[in-house]
Amino acid sequence: MRIAVCIKRVPDTEMRFAIARDGKTIDTAGLKFDLSDFDGYAVEVALRLVERHPPGEVTVIGLGPETLQETIRKALSMGVDRGVHLAAPEVPFDGLAIAKALAAELLDKGYELILFGRVATDTGNGTVGPMTAELLGLPCVSAISYLEVADGRGTAHRELEGATETVGFPLPAVLTIDEGIARPRLPTLKGIMAAKKKPVESRPAALGEARLTVEKLELPPERAAGRIVGEGADAVPELVRLLREEAKVL
Amino acid sequence: MNTLAVVELRNGALRKVSLEVVTAARRAAETSGGGEVHALAIGPPGTAALVEELGRFGADLIVVVEHSALERYNAEAFAATAAARLRAGEYRAAFFTASAQGRDLAPRVAAVLDRSLASDVTAFELQGDAVLARHPAYIGKAIATLRLTGSPALLSLRPGAFTPVEAPRTPRIETMAPALDPASTRVVVTEMAESGAARLDLGEAPVVVSGGRGLRAAENFRLVEELAAAFGNAAVGATRAVTDDGWRPPTDQIGQTGRMVSPVLYVAVGISGAIQHLAGMRTAKVIVAINKDKDAPIFKVADYGVVGDLFEIVPRLTQEIRKVRAER
Amino acid sequence: MGFPGVDFYRFDALLSEEERAIRDTVRAWVDEQVMPVIGDCYIEGRFPKQLIPGLAELGVLGANLPEEYGCAGLDNVAYGLIMQELERGDSGIRSFASVQGALVMYPIFAYGSEAQKRQWLPRLAAGKEIGCFGLTEPDYGSNPGGMTTTAKETGDEYVINGTKMWITNGSQATVAIIWAKTGALDDPATIRGFIVPTSTPGYAARDQKGKLSLRASDTSEIHLQDVRVPKEALLPKSGGLKGPLGCLTQARYGIAWGAIGAAMACYHEALCYSKERVMFGRPIGGTQIQQVRLADMLTEITKAQFLTLQLGRLKDQGTLTPQQVSLAKRNNVNMACDAAREARRLLGANGILVEYHSMRHLANLESVYTYEGTHDMHSLILGQEITGLSAF
Repeated sequence: MRIAVCIKRVPDTEMRFAIARDGKTIDTAGLKFDLSDFDGYAVEVALRLVERHPPGEVTVIGLGPETLQETIRKALSMGVDRGVHLAAPEVPFDGLAIAKALAAELLDKGYELILFGRVATDTGNGTVGPMTAELLGLPCVSAISYLEVADGRGTAHRELEGATETVGFPLPAVLTIDEGIARPRLPTLKGIMAAKKKPVESRPAALGEARLTVEKLELPPERAAGRIVGEGADAVPELVRLLREEAKVL
Repeated sequence: MNTLAVVELRNGALRKVSLEVVTAARRAAETSGGGEVHALAIGPPGTAALVEELGRFGADLIVVVEHSALERYNAEAFAATAAARLRAGEYRAAFFTASAQGRDLAPRVAAVLDRSLASDVTAFELQGDAVLARHPAYIGKAIATLRLTGSPALLSLRPGAFTPVEAPRTPRIETMAPALDPASTRVVVTEMAESGAARLDLGEAPVVVSGGRGLRAAENFRLVEELAAAFGNAAVGATRAVTDDGWRPPTDQIGQTGRMVSPVLYVAVGISGAIQHLAGMRTAKVIVAINKDKDAPIFKVADYGVVGDLFEIVPRLTQEIRKVRAER
Repeated sequence: MGFPGVDFYRFDALLSEEERAIRDTVRAWVDEQVMPVIGDCYIEGRFPKQLIPGLAELGVLGANLPEEYGCAGLDNVAYGLIMQELERGDSGIRSFASVQGALVMYPIFAYGSEAQKRQWLPRLAAGKEIGCFGLTEPDYGSNPGGMTTTAKETGDEYVINGTKMWITNGSQATVAIIWAKTGALDDPATIRGFIVPTSTPGYAARDQKGKLSLRASDTSEIHLQDVRVPKEALLPKSGGLKGPLGCLTQARYGIAWGAIGAAMACYHEALCYSKERVMFGRPIGGTQIQQVRLADMLTEITKAQFLTLQLGRLKDQGTLTPQQVSLAKRNNVNMACDAAREARRLLGANGILVEYHSMRHLANLESVYTYEGTHDMHSLILGQEITGLSAF
C-alpha cells in the first residue's frame, strides 16, 4: 500500500508563548518545534497499515521553510520511507492556499491513502485535509478515531457530539486523523541514524493565493482570580449558567 | 446583502448550533446594509416541518433539501448542495457550524467554490470587502484576528460562542433538490451509535472530572463517574491519595507523579488541592472546584468554586449537565 | 509536561541535528517509561526490569559501538547525551546502561576475538543477555591491582576462584566479565578478562542488602568457586590493569554526562517548585536566598555542559586522555551532588518525599561520587598528571 502523510512543523504547545513585535505572529525565540500532534498520529496510522499489509511505502509531505527538513527527518526516523519538502518561506494561514500546493503535489501519484492530522496545533484551522480531498476529487472522511482497510475499501469511525458514526469508503481516499487512534512511536536511535540516508525531495510549493491572513495575534486575557459561586446544591444552576455563558465550556 | 446559514439536524431535531448560525447570519445581513437571511436545511423527508423555528431567530427564507437517503450526514451530497446554493444566490457570507459535522462540511464547500474559510470563529465583523474574524489558535493559547477577503465569505462558528437572539419573522420555505444523488455517493455513513460510552483518555478528553479523598470511599466514585457520563466527553481522574488507597487504578492519577492534563474543563470533586495535584491540572482552561472547606487551596486556582457537601452538589450538577446536553 | 532540559547558553546550537534528535527521543522515553514507575521502584528497592526490552529497542545499549555488531553506531556526544537523559530519570537506570555498554560490551569489543564479538554483542545490544562487570573486591576497591581472584589454566580450561563486590546487575546478569589473575598474586600484569555465563556451576550472586542509595538498581556480591570456563572464554587482547581501566574510562565518560542529567532534573524541579510554592504571600522563587540557589545550580550545570561536550569531541577525535575524563567525572558528579542537595532544601518538607526527585538523586549521587574511581582518587589522578608525582 502506498500512503502519503501530510505533515506540519509547529511550535511545541506546552511552551509559554509571547507575541512577536509585528503583532501578528508568535515570538519564536526559544520555542521548540516539532511534528504537529495529530500529524504524529497520522504517521503512526500509516506505519501500522504498511506493517499490517505489506508491501508498502509511506511518504511524508510537508510545506514550509528550510527548518521543516528536521521535522521530515523525524518522521523518517519513525520509519517513514521518503519525504517531500514543498519549499515556501512561510506557511500561509489560509488552508486553501496550502491545500492547492498539496493537491498539485499529490495529483496522479498513485497514493491509495492520503492522511492528515485532524487539525494543526498552531493555526487550529482543521481545513486543509478536506479541502485537498475536494481539489483532488477524492472521497474523504475527517477526524477519524478508528480505521480498518481491506480489499480496496476502508471503514472508519468518526466521533460526533455524543455519538459515533461508522463510515465506509473506497480507496483511494483522504482521511484526517483524530487523536487517540494510535499512539505515535518514538523513533529508535538506529532509525534516527538511518533517516539521514533516506531520500527527501525538495521543490518549490505551488501555493494558492492567500485570502485569509492574520491581522492581529493576541494572548488570551490572564486567568482572573477564582470566585466562589455559592454554597451547597442551590449554587449549581448559577454554576452551570456561568460555565455556559461566561466560560462557554458547555 | 443576503447571507446563508447552513443549519444542522440530528435524529429529527434541529441542533442548537443551528440557531447560533442563523443569529450570526442575521447580524451579518444587517451590518452589510440589510438583506435576507437564508437558512439551508438538508435532511430526510419531513425536514421542512422541523425548521420553522429558524424564523424566530431571523431566517427570511428556509431552503429545504429533502431526500430519503439523507437520514444521516452525507458529506459529498451536503457539500455539493451547499456549494450549488451559494453559487446560485448572491451571498455576502455563509455561516457553518464548527461542530463535528460543520468542521467536515465547510472546508469542502470552500474548496468547491474556491473561497477561503475562517474556521472555528468566536466573533466577527464585516469591514468593507473583508470580514474580520476572531479565531483561537495555538490550542487556545493565542487569539488571532483574521482578515478574510472574497465573497461569499465563508465562516464556521464555534458552538456556544454565539448566543441565539430572537428576531422573529415568518419565513418562506423553498425546496431544492440535492445537487448530487445522495444514494450514489462514495462515502457512506453505515451506522450511528449514540455514545458517551467510549472511554476517553485523560490526556485527550476535553472535560476531566476528578475525585479526591473527600469522596470518603471507593464506591462513592460512582458520583464522579455519573457526572463524567453526563458531560459525554469527559474522562475520570483521581488524586494520588485515592490511587494509593486503591479506590482507582494508578493510571487515573493526576499530578506530579501521574498524568498532566490540560482539558477545557476540569472539575475537582472533594479535592483539597495539594501542590502535587495542582501541578498536574493547573493548565486546564476552566477549573471548577467542589469542596466542603472554603479555605482549601483548590479554590485559589479554581475559576468557579462551590462550597459545601459534595454528596448534595454533585448529583445536582449531574442533573443540570444532563439537561444542558439534552437541549443540544 | 515533559522535561524541557536546561539550555542557558544555546548549547543545542553546538549539537548536530541527529544528536539533538537522539537526546530528545531518550528524553521522551524517560518521561513515558521511567518517570511513572521510578518512585515505587526506589521505595521497593528493585530495578525496573520491565524497561530493559524498551531500552534495547530504542538502541541505547552499547549505542556507540558499530552497527555491524547490532549496535546504533553513534558518536560519543550522542552516547553521552543518552547517559544524561537516562540519569535525569535515575542513576540506577543510567548505571544499568553504563555497565551493559561500557563495562560488558566495550571489553568484548575492544579485547575480544571476532568470534566473541559476533557471539555476544548483538545479543547484549538486544537486551537478550544482561551483563555485569566483576572487578572490585571486598578488600580491593580503589586498588584493583591487588585483587585476589585467580584464574588457573588447567588443560583446556580456566578455573576461577574469588569474590567480587559492589557489582551492578550482578543478580540479574546472564553473563559476567570477570577480571582475574592468571599468574602470581603480586603480579597485576597477569590480570585477564573472562566472559563467564552466570549459569556456570560455582557462580553465585547475592543481593547487596540495606542500600540507602541506588535503590532502583541491582547491586550484588559475586562468589566464584571453582568456576570452570573453556579457553575461549578468555578475552585474548586483555592483559594487565589497563584492560579493566580502559573499560572504566568508557564508563566514567558516560557518568560525566549522566551527572549533568541528574543535576538538570533537580534544578528543573526546584525552579518549578519555587514558582508555585507560596509562602508569606509570594512564591518562594521571589526570595533572594532561593534565587542564589537557583543561580548557582544553573551556572554549574552550564559550565559542566560545555566541559563535557568538549570531552566528547576529543573522544570522537581519538585524543581523549583518561585524566581528562577524571576531571569531568570529578567535577560533574560533585556539581550534581551540590545541585541535588540545594534543590532538596529549596523543596522544604516536600523535598523529603519520593514524589519529588531531588532527594532520590541526592542519595543516588553519593554512590556515583564513590564508584568508578572515588572523587578523591580522581583528585590524585589529576594531581599526578599535573605534578608528575604520584600520591597513591
